[in-house]
Amino acid sequence: MTGKKTQEQAAGLTQEGRFYSAERLHAMHGMMLYIRRFEEKAGQMYGLKKIGGFCHLCNGQEAVCVGMEEASESTDYMMTSYRDHGHIIARGTEPTAVMAELLGRAGGVVGGKGGSMHMFDVEKNFAGGNGIVGEQVPIGLGFAFASQYRGDKRVSITIMGDGGVNQGAVYESFNMAALWKLPVVFVIENNQYAMGTSLSRASAETHLYKRGISFKVPGIQVDGMDVLEVERKMGEAIEHARSGQGPIIVEMMTYRYRGHSMSDPATYRTRDEVDEWRTGRDPIARLQKQMIEAGLATEAEFKQKDKDIKKEVVAVAKAAEAQPEPDLSVLWDDILTDEIPNAYPYPRQVG
Amino acid sequence: MAKITYREALNQAMCNEMERDDRVFLMGEEVAEYNGAYKVSQGMLDKFGPKRVIDTPITELGFAGLGVGAAMAGLRPIIEFMTWNFAILAADQIVNAAAKMKYMTAGQYNCPMVFRGAGGAAARVSSQHSQAFENWYANIPGLKVVMPSNPADAKGLLAASIRDNDTVIFIENEINYGDIGEVPEGEYIIPLGKADIKRVGKDITLVAHSRMTGYALAAAEELAKMGIDAEVVDPRTIRPLDEATILASVAKTNRAVVIEEGWRFAGIGAEISARIMEKGFDDLDAPVARVTGKDVPMPYAANLENHALPSVADIVEAARVTCNRA
Repeated sequence: MTGKKTQEQAAGLTQEGRFYSAERLHAMHGMMLYIRRFEEKAGQMYGLKKIGGFCHLCNGQEAVCVGMEEASESTDYMMTSYRDHGHIIARGTEPTAVMAELLGRAGGVVGGKGGSMHMFDVEKNFAGGNGIVGEQVPIGLGFAFASQYRGDKRVSITIMGDGGVNQGAVYESFNMAALWKLPVVFVIENNQYAMGTSLSRASAETHLYKRGISFKVPGIQVDGMDVLEVERKMGEAIEHARSGQGPIIVEMMTYRYRGHSMSDPATYRTRDEVDEWRTGRDPIARLQKQMIEAGLATEAEFKQKDKDIKKEVVAVAKAAEAQPEPDLSVLWDDILTDEIPNAYPYPRQVG
Repeated sequence: MAKITYREALNQAMCNEMERDDRVFLMGEEVAEYNGAYKVSQGMLDKFGPKRVIDTPITELGFAGLGVGAAMAGLRPIIEFMTWNFAILAADQIVNAAAKMKYMTAGQYNCPMVFRGAGGAAARVSSQHSQAFENWYANIPGLKVVMPSNPADAKGLLAASIRDNDTVIFIENEINYGDIGEVPEGEYIIPLGKADIKRVGKDITLVAHSRMTGYALAAAEELAKMGIDAEVVDPRTIRPLDEATILASVAKTNRAVVIEEGWRFAGIGAEISARIMEKGFDDLDAPVARVTGKDVPMPYAANLENHALPSVADIVEAARVTCNRA
């Protein structure tokens, strides 16, 4: 890492030979901070019982969301599990719509039909928001298949966790992806815990990037707490897939600060362990430090930025909450595309 | 009209649709180089090439999910399960992904695709390879369930299923693959959700689908010898169900027997007889009878297997009792 301003170029910093402009760094930092504050707000709203059901926050994992988004094209496909708020916000979906979805409002990204676990945005090529662990992996393979079928060079960024990676469907997908050289990047967000089960209690091979070896799927490990490393390594992985070399696994070493879901006090981890990640490796603090050292920003500026973002998030929550609940008539919408009016069960009615 | 087999009729439907729409592809175990475990895809690899007729590893959950993703991305997959017994491995993708995707995404994504393959009882393959699952899928909003009973229906219904913009569970019957019948040439579409009266009669309505339609027709011939004129109604689409045709028949005959190969508890017959009770109660002169497979896993021995399945004699007996004739 060479955290200093280069003389020849515009303001910015260079890491591992890759230059990031000050503007871009600010944007990446801003997005990470936004996701952090958004998730905190979501946690607060959950505590107030305004958000129901399951709610999985990604505090601590923001560098993975933002770095990947920075590395990909907007036409690339992306799908993940139920820990999806950070990813869809990083993709560019309107945060008010994400918050409205959490609150079960009409203006939610899926109109209040999905909630926390089922965020989708077809315009942003974001295909969920999938609630069954590992389910999105063969689906991501299908998007990659469609890309190869059409020859349109789009890459499928298929994200799972260190829990999901133990599902059989993942290996079925590794095999077919390698067999047919499908353009897919399998991202494993290794936050060390599958719900309450630590990686070492669930996996004989804890180096998850090696999980593709017997399928000839190469893998790399990335510091998922360093947004610049995520951006750089993810860019290489996407290029690998896009250039026709087939699938690749990217293991992002990361950590979630909160429990698995809102009902989880996370007593299975020591305070020391959480502190080590939270204060020692936090991705937002890390980038701030780099930017300050490179003379791209000051402590005071970051404080102001944080204040502004918090204000923005409060406004978003307020706007989302002000929305009406979905109209009862939408209960019957979007079950079938080709409804058959004269056959039972009849569209839009009981009996 | 040409006389062709049920399997050839299915093949024609797929070939016609693939010629018509280059988004359609066929994927499954042994569909390409082996020409299909039951030869349904005979010659398709030669005709369309390996890009569109794709052999998979034995990996049902994986390729079912691949189909879901490809459909979400705008293609029109035909995913073949060698038999529906193996589709249980893929149930998550069918039930939790394909069926719900349109609803869960408020219409942003949908899954226009066909899952197809052999269902029902085969011959002498014991309990894991001989069973009926149409009631499982028929229970789920977001799915359509289609089951042809003869070659012409096989062609017309499969073509309609491929063109349909929803996920269709298309259950063929292994025993019927070699059946020969007259099938219209060229493009032939039978709309989904339309039952067909396979035999007109006035004394009793026999409702039967898939292989049981043939049994019901054979039973109707036996019943005719006893002076009972049976009408045979084949729903063809199980979900959604053309109950109007069934109810109109019952309004005429005042009696009904519902026949299915699957188990009795929470079966298709349970649903159809409940609908006749709810909507046609005043038309009934006798309780609706059900003829179903016995409530046991399918045994191997020939005599036990025969005994576990509905027979023509069972249908005749149920109809005779329902008509209250000795």
